[in-house]
Amino acid sequence: MAEKRVVFSGWGFPALLLLPQLAITFIFFILPAAQAVRQSFFRADAFGFGERFVGLANYTSLLASADYLQSFVTTLIFSLAVTVLTLVISLAFAAAVDRLIRTSGLYTALMIWPYAIAPAIAGVLWWFMFDPSIGIVAYWLRVGGLSWNHLLDGTDALILVIVASAWRQVSYNFIFFLAGLQSIPRSLHEAAAIDGAGPVKRFFTIVLPLLSPTLFFLIVIDVVYAFFDTFGVIDATTAGGPGQATTTLVYKAYADGFLSQNFGSSAAQSVILTLVVVALTVVQFRFIERRVHY
Amino acid sequence: MVENRPWLSVATHVVLIIGLVIVLFPIWVAFVASTHPADRFVSGVVPLLPGTHLIGNYAAVLGEGARQNGLPPVGPMLVNSLVMALGIALGKIAISLISAFAIVYFRFPFRKIAFWIIFLTLMLPVEVRIVPTYQVIANLGMLNSYVGLTVPLIASATATFLYRQFFLTIPDELAEAARIDGAGPWKFLKDIVIPLSRTSTAALFVILFIYGWNQYLWPLLVTTDPDYYTVVMGIQRAARATDQEPLWNLVMAVAMLALLPPVIVVLAMQKLFVRGLVETEK
Repeated sequence: MAEKRVVFSGWGFPALLLLPQLAITFIFFILPAAQAVRQSFFRADAFGFGERFVGLANYTSLLASADYLQSFVTTLIFSLAVTVLTLVISLAFAAAVDRLIRTSGLYTALMIWPYAIAPAIAGVLWWFMFDPSIGIVAYWLRVGGLSWNHLLDGTDALILVIVASAWRQVSYNFIFFLAGLQSIPRSLHEAAAIDGAGPVKRFFTIVLPLLSPTLFFLIVIDVVYAFFDTFGVIDATTAGGPGQATTTLVYKAYADGFLSQNFGSSAAQSVILTLVVVALTVVQFRFIERRVHY
Repeated sequence: MVENRPWLSVATHVVLIIGLVIVLFPIWVAFVASTHPADRFVSGVVPLLPGTHLIGNYAAVLGEGARQNGLPPVGPMLVNSLVMALGIALGKIAISLISAFAIVYFRFPFRKIAFWIIFLTLMLPVEVRIVPTYQVIANLGMLNSYVGLTVPLIASATATFLYRQFFLTIPDELAEAARIDGAGPWKFLKDIVIPLSRTSTAALFVILFIYGWNQYLWPLLVTTDPDYYTVVMGIQRAARATDQEPLWNLVMAVAMLALLPPVIVVLAMQKLFVRGLVETEK
């Protein structure tokens, strides 16, 4: 940890300065997290009067539950699709804007809108466009010979939340890709061009390798986004349905705990999710350390 | 541009125009829908050009008229959203700034532990501890209050790290000079550190305002009283207000009102916004 050479003395004042942050962290983060760990070993009785210790039963019944394993699979498909879609589209836009000289500011300004839009609102916008009876995109799909009904068809519903989630995230990726592209020296392009490398070859042999730190960083960010921040997209549109088709791990923890009042199971799911976050954070920081030496 | 390739320039603009259509079309469709009467959405295809009911629809969702359609009025929700966004942004900035100052400019026992406790919050997003956090808020009697909407969210590892990074770049000579002149830590913080951090603070504010405005799960958990609904969560209530098809023209008017403030902030402060994004993710 980097340190200052010149410091002030005393410990009362700094303790006072740290107090608000630490108090909030303790009351609203650490206490509930500890509570979640405790609850995950208990099961409340049907009337909510008492609870009894059940050991690892909440965990074992989760891992034996077809619904839970299905939501694991759904989350993996969903996160993979959102990440790939977001990365490909935003990289294409950023590469195109990077080629421009005069109008790039205008395009950038128009491209970063969706980041400001809440995931829940983004979900509702796409939900409307895909509405089976009046939605414009659903209409185009019908004209093209494809039937669309995300209210009945699980695959359609999953595609809907993937598209809406990726749309919201493209602008974020775009900003980072554009910054990465603009930091690649022109002289590299020019040298390669003189040696006879065309734009496509240059993109894959020069641009993409130099962009790989940004790419890895965005992969982690997008996976975290897809896992956690897309709750609003799902809840405001499909609410996990039809059936369980769009129930991700986070949505299931919410639905089981908050809607079905199944606290023990929801707490066990929270603990598992926390482990996922810890793993992702470790990956992120290891990668950032590597990037420093890059 | 390295070489002149007409086909590539055409391709570039084609990609960008497709990009703009993808980015802007959903917002356009929502805007258009919010300007038509409800009966326009019973069957057929949604219109692509604005209609004549712009003022009528927005007046209906903003005021008491919304209740006739089963929606809570959006006007008070916008106020709640503003309170929440400002409360979270300013609260996060205030407590992160002072805790980073304490960690950088003092040596005291448990300093590293304090740092790691703050770091820990990164690993515990609301989404992974939904029920126990709700129970804590309920036990503290903070449901349906502005305190409940803002305070639990203002701990911030990211903002604390950002300020810490920035404070480490402030030359030691400044602190030395301040000490020689007899300024205590509070005066140094107030007269030197805070003014120097102005740009970082502004960039952070833009990001945090958007973060606060766009909260969804949190207000969903801590509010049951419509007086405390925020507009982003209100969209869900609006979309599910009726059993049949949603009243699309009104739902889209609510969506436009919910997305406009953060979009305006981003467009008006684009430079700060981009800077804030890049800095908070370092």
